[in-house]
Amino acid sequence: MPEPILTIKNLTKKYGENVIFQNLDLTVNEGDTIVIIGPSGTGKSTLLRCINLLTRPDDGQIWLDNKEITARGTDEDKVRQHIGMVFQNFLLFNHLTALGNVKLGLDKVKKMSDKEATEKAMHELARVGLADRADHYPGQLSGGQQQRVGIARALAMDPRIMLFDEPTSALDPELIGEVLEVMRQLALEGMTMLVVTHEMGFAREVADRIVFMEKGYIVEQGSPNEMFNHPKFPRTREFLWKITELYGKKEKEAD
Amino acid sequence: MDFGQFISYIASGTVYTVGVTLVALPSGLLIGTILALLYVYGGKAAARVMNLYSTVFRGIPPLVLLFILYFAVTKGINLSAFWAGSLSLGIVSSAYQMEIVRGALLSVSGDQLMAARAIGLSRLQAIRYVVLPQAVRLAIPPWSNEAAIVIKDSSLVYALGVPEILRRAQLIGASSQRYLLAYLSAAVIYFLLVFGTTRLLAMLEKKLTIPSNP
Repeated sequence: MPEPILTIKNLTKKYGENVIFQNLDLTVNEGDTIVIIGPSGTGKSTLLRCINLLTRPDDGQIWLDNKEITARGTDEDKVRQHIGMVFQNFLLFNHLTALGNVKLGLDKVKKMSDKEATEKAMHELARVGLADRADHYPGQLSGGQQQRVGIARALAMDPRIMLFDEPTSALDPELIGEVLEVMRQLALEGMTMLVVTHEMGFAREVADRIVFMEKGYIVEQGSPNEMFNHPKFPRTREFLWKITELYGKKEKEAD
Repeated sequence: MDFGQFISYIASGTVYTVGVTLVALPSGLLIGTILALLYVYGGKAAARVMNLYSTVFRGIPPLVLLFILYFAVTKGINLSAFWAGSLSLGIVSSAYQMEIVRGALLSVSGDQLMAARAIGLSRLQAIRYVVLPQAVRLAIPPWSNEAAIVIKDSSLVYALGVPEILRRAQLIGASSQRYLLAYLSAAVIYFLLVFGTTRLLAMLEKKLTIPSNP
């Protein structure tokens, strides 16, 4: 029986009157890759931001490794160390080199010595295939390379779980492949991942479970086979069909 | 009096001009930066206070503030004309520098701050290691502008009798009746000071530019 790393219960987030999602439940087991899909404005990104407490949920609980992180008095900075986050727009620190980006957390949060931090950071850069770009600034890297540095930066903290917020949506089609490849590799290595994406090829091939969210609710979830071939709800079928049509072309171009 | 003596009399006021600037500009930067940080990160109440500070001190002519500080406030604590003048200019400048730093902080903040928090940096660490280093770079061009203004505004302390460039030009102009030459000399010295400073800052800006592909 696999251990749940992340458990979400009754999670609710509103902005004023506007309910983003309500009473949302989700469990992520160790080593799982879960892909969340759904139309934009459905609360997928907000959900990820609630999980690492960048946004405070209004109601409900989240447990990370059986510890409730939404409890009062939780050290948020500590929680975030254990949750890696990769952003749609990369959000690398522009004034630091690739190495500097990956090192910053090791240096200031983990308080490693400079030598240790450099070694660890170089190891993570090598993991995403960018050891030879260590001294490049974000402005000197392609979008795909920047995103891989973003992944290395998150990995360096040895997170329990990685959150990906549409990691390839801001990329040119020909750069998407290299980022997905790194993510595929991570999944193979057993990293627990929660991925918001429209890349159906990735979802079909890598996901252990696909979660279809719409208007703040989880409509349906299941294995890629169930979701693609025997969805329970017509809405799921409709969305998957549409998105595959739309993004399938882009994937072909990328190959 | 020959021409060389004439010029060097005026030029020797440069010590005071530079002195006033070297007090006013850094004190304004220190106060301005602290207030800008409070403005941006200190919550709504702090922002309101900072906004008031900025509005008040940007709304008063520096010369008026200078007189107020010198004649009213310093009666009790016996501040010299030099210090009263320098600190007044520093206070006025701090309001402008606060706005410069605030603008720079705001244009870096947001996403960069979020990304920094996401790897576990505290708010303070995120501001210090991620936001500030980038904000400094953005602030240099407008700050160079402010530095030029403070150098030029330092001439206002002449009204308190501090023997800086303008004061000396006025004195020697009156005694020799060569007003035009006196003020032209002062103008050239001010210009060289401003020109040198802005060039230095332009070099610093270039040096700190983050490499990127065109």
